[in-house]
Amino acid sequence: MRLTVDHVTRYHYDAPVRGVVQSHRLTPSRFDGQKLISWEVTVTGGEKGGAFRDGAGDWVQAWTVKGPVTEIEVRVKGEVETADLAGILRGHRETVPPEAWCRETPATEADEALRALAESARHDEPLSFAHALAFAVAGAIEYTPGATHEHTTAAEALAAGAGVCQDHAHALIACARTVGFPARYVSGYLFAGEGETPHEAAHAWAELWVPGFGWIGFDPANRCCPDERYIRLGAGLDAREAAPIRGIARGAATDSESLEVAVSVAQPVAVQSQAQ
Amino acid sequence: MTTYFNEMYDGASVRAPYARLGDWTAAMPADRRLEKQAEAEALFRRIGITFAVYGEGGDPDRLIPFDMFPRVFTNSEWGKLERGIKQRARALNAFLVDVYGRAEIVRAGRIPAKLVFQNEAYERAVAGFIPPKGVYSHIVGIDIVRTGPTDFFVLEDNCRTPSGVSYMLESREMMMRMFPELFRENRIEPVDRYPEVLRRTLASVAPAKCDREPTVVILTPGHFNSAYYEHSFLADLMGVELVEGADLFVDGGFVWMRTTEGPKRVDVIYRRIDDAFIDPLCFRPDSMLGVPGLMDVYRSGGVSICSAPGAGVADDKAIYTYVPEMVRFYLGEEPILQNVPTWKCGAADDLKHVLANLGDLVVKEVHGSGGYGMLVGPKSTKAEIEEFRERIKADPENYIAQPTLALSTTPTFVEEGIAPRHVDLRPYCLVGERIELVPGGLTRVALREGSLVVNSSQGGGVKDTWVLAE
Amino acid sequence: MLSRTADNLYWIARYMERAETAARLLEVGARISLLPSASGYRSDWDSLLRASGNGAGYTEKYGVPDQKNIESWFFFDRDNPNSVASCITAARENGRIVRTALTTQVWDALNTAFQELRQIEARRGVQELSRLTDWVMRHSAMVRGSIDATLLRNDGYNFLNIGYYLERGDSTARLMDVKYYVLLPQVDFVGSGLDNDQWSMLLRALGSHRAFHWAYGGEITAAKIAHFLILNPQSPRALITCVAGMANHMGRLAKYYGRETPAQAAAQALLSEIERQTVETIFDEGLHEFLLRFVGISARLGAIIHDSYLSGDM
Repeated sequence: MRLTVDHVTRYHYDAPVRGVVQSHRLTPSRFDGQKLISWEVTVTGGEKGGAFRDGAGDWVQAWTVKGPVTEIEVRVKGEVETADLAGILRGHRETVPPEAWCRETPATEADEALRALAESARHDEPLSFAHALAFAVAGAIEYTPGATHEHTTAAEALAAGAGVCQDHAHALIACARTVGFPARYVSGYLFAGEGETPHEAAHAWAELWVPGFGWIGFDPANRCCPDERYIRLGAGLDAREAAPIRGIARGAATDSESLEVAVSVAQPVAVQSQAQ
Repeated sequence: MTTYFNEMYDGASVRAPYARLGDWTAAMPADRRLEKQAEAEALFRRIGITFAVYGEGGDPDRLIPFDMFPRVFTNSEWGKLERGIKQRARALNAFLVDVYGRAEIVRAGRIPAKLVFQNEAYERAVAGFIPPKGVYSHIVGIDIVRTGPTDFFVLEDNCRTPSGVSYMLESREMMMRMFPELFRENRIEPVDRYPEVLRRTLASVAPAKCDREPTVVILTPGHFNSAYYEHSFLADLMGVELVEGADLFVDGGFVWMRTTEGPKRVDVIYRRIDDAFIDPLCFRPDSMLGVPGLMDVYRSGGVSICSAPGAGVADDKAIYTYVPEMVRFYLGEEPILQNVPTWKCGAADDLKHVLANLGDLVVKEVHGSGGYGMLVGPKSTKAEIEEFRERIKADPENYIAQPTLALSTTPTFVEEGIAPRHVDLRPYCLVGERIELVPGGLTRVALREGSLVVNSSQGGGVKDTWVLAE
Repeated sequence: MLSRTADNLYWIARYMERAETAARLLEVGARISLLPSASGYRSDWDSLLRASGNGAGYTEKYGVPDQKNIESWFFFDRDNPNSVASCITAARENGRIVRTALTTQVWDALNTAFQELRQIEARRGVQELSRLTDWVMRHSAMVRGSIDATLLRNDGYNFLNIGYYLERGDSTARLMDVKYYVLLPQVDFVGSGLDNDQWSMLLRALGSHRAFHWAYGGEITAAKIAHFLILNPQSPRALITCVAGMANHMGRLAKYYGRETPAQAAAQALLSEIERQTVETIFDEGLHEFLLRFVGISARLGAIIHDSYLSGDM
């Protein structure tokens, strides 16, 4: 499936800042399920810094913007050809071994409830177990926009029984790690076709390392594995680590930063009708 | 009753390296000694030396006691130590490049994957990166103890930012100033080229993008840090700037420092802050000490960081037991320096042995340092041992145990005169284009009678360390 | 040089000079209280507090001025950022941070002042006031002297001197402003004993009593004092001397770096402005108004120096 992406993030600072430094994981991963047709990231007034492929196989591009500045815009425009690999991350090259994805982070720390949820899904066969975990998480946390916030942990989301894709992914990761699956957070885009529940186009899900298969994506929010509607950007231990844009403004007063995000993922022939 | 190896006296006779020191002390009346001791202290205080060994914490304005009685090695003793230390430093670096690359040593089954990849010090952010010249740990501090004429053991490795080298240099300076006659009578290898060798080592690992004389800086957490004196001392002797995080910023693909003449590009950062604080964009977002965006510049080859982030995975106490294996695996050599036999409480058989022999063992936390969180069996009360037993049982993986080593003693000035006290040794091996070791190191001495704990926070002092020329 | 290092050096100088100012204020206050016409002393304490730039802090902590509290406020009080103790501690801390940019002698001078301060604090209340102020003068002179005698004449030396001159000019202006009303020309005609005492006290406070007599001789008049403290380049604390010193070191910096910044122009403009003045133009403008204006310009100059060299953003 051909998908176009138009993703704009606008940062506004109440008072001019001395400079901005950003680290982007905004380029689609290289694996058998997706092929880049065109891809461009621009930052207003920005200068490209270093770029490299990291140990998880993600392409990282640094940017800096010289101050004083009160507003910057990060724009991603591109087109990708995707294929449905039933969630399997085939042909993805990475240095970091699965064992390194077992570490807990504050957002993915498992409490008793998460551990119990994981146990309730237990199957002998690893692949079935992984599917059951994703299913269990989907059932325990209802998709409810606004119920949680950026810093909600997996345990908190489960206790609330409500959350968004980030909470689903965190909860699945936490459960998976407690029962021995290496697991990680994946950020990317999702094309919501007609007649389906329209979730945010900027999306996130989890990947579990399943013996015999390697990394497999699971999206509890949509009760499925990533298919040709998904564009994968990068991975991390949790949402903060996998964030497509990490940035710091020098000399910014706390809480003086505001953020606007607009994302549209569409099929090229239907750009006009799908956008917005 | 354990007998301890006395580095000066072999029975009644004086061992060769100490021959001239016997006359020196015999000719020094008590009042002159006290006078000299007071002079040394006044000098240290005036210079403003304050000191803390890595990870020991404590009052930043505290003076560490200085003992005037030097510790002496013959040239051939040192020769063996030097070969062993360099060998170990090479193996540790080979290990680091390997585990952040294909991890052949894990694939070969020589080290458990879990120990490496689930180690807190394993840094995913540097995986797949080979630093300039393939060096992760540029300053390797190796703690060594001696138990006999030819018996040396490595107690632990310090691959991150071992401190204390300023004391090696200042102790020597102090001795030369107070007792110039000793340096005329004994032929002692100088250590004062250390700062120059360090500067050269750091410059030799400048990134490929640096096309001129590299600009080296030392990155300090700031003047409230207990080792600040050492940071500024080294910066001064190397002739490089001592910077704090806020003095640096990232622009384009490089790191710059703020100067009165505008931004100046920085090529090599000798950092004395922990990994977690280096870059709030990459690690702890609440760090005020680091430089946002630094890691991206590092990974894209715009700047070198010494020691490299992630180097700590090689000096973990659980990894320590595998260092001899690293020497064999990467270098195809037999280790010249021995490890202290170590039981890993995480292993069932070892745990059983440890719990059955707690009274004879030293038990340490895997991630602890500074002589805290450890049990010295023979020096502990029954109650202390029982309390520790429970702690080990609760979390066996967090503990290792070693036999109580019969640490050697050297003569030390104490209130009653001269008496033997236990010592250890930390030499500083520099790894860049070349591997170099200045002949000497930091000798720490347990000033309390009978004590085996040399940490300055636990009543330890320091001594000048001599290596005699041939 | 690192911008932060330059900033630390500049502040070592400013804090040492500021410690001296606090001691001088204290000295003036003490002498006033010894005058027979003690009725007026309340208002004199008030004006001292005003001159120190932090009178509100005192009032908040102690309420009405009294000698004991004022002494402790100006000398020991850590709540007063301009007290002798605060300034010497801050100067030494700045010195510790840039230890390697200083010579052993300069560091020794700073560190000794700090170590002795700790002893004085421990024996608080035992010492006579005049010994305390003497002590401050002595150590301030030792630091200044070791800077002049041992430091390389590089950029750091210029930043130290710029700090000294900026702070000193500010301090002279503020100290004069305490007593500006006794310097009003019409008071000359009154010629009362009190006024004469007050004038000599001002000179004493600035350590210029004898220098003044050597330079001018005869009767102390308002015009002579204003000339001496503002316009006479021989007077080490005169505003013109401070501004010229600043402009000189600013010029040396520009030459050293091969680069002019707005700071050079600003210092030069202030110098030309003072050089144009006469005692008459100053009294026409009003001495108080003139001094206030000077303090304002001097603060702006400080900000320009910060932006041009010390902030690291350029």
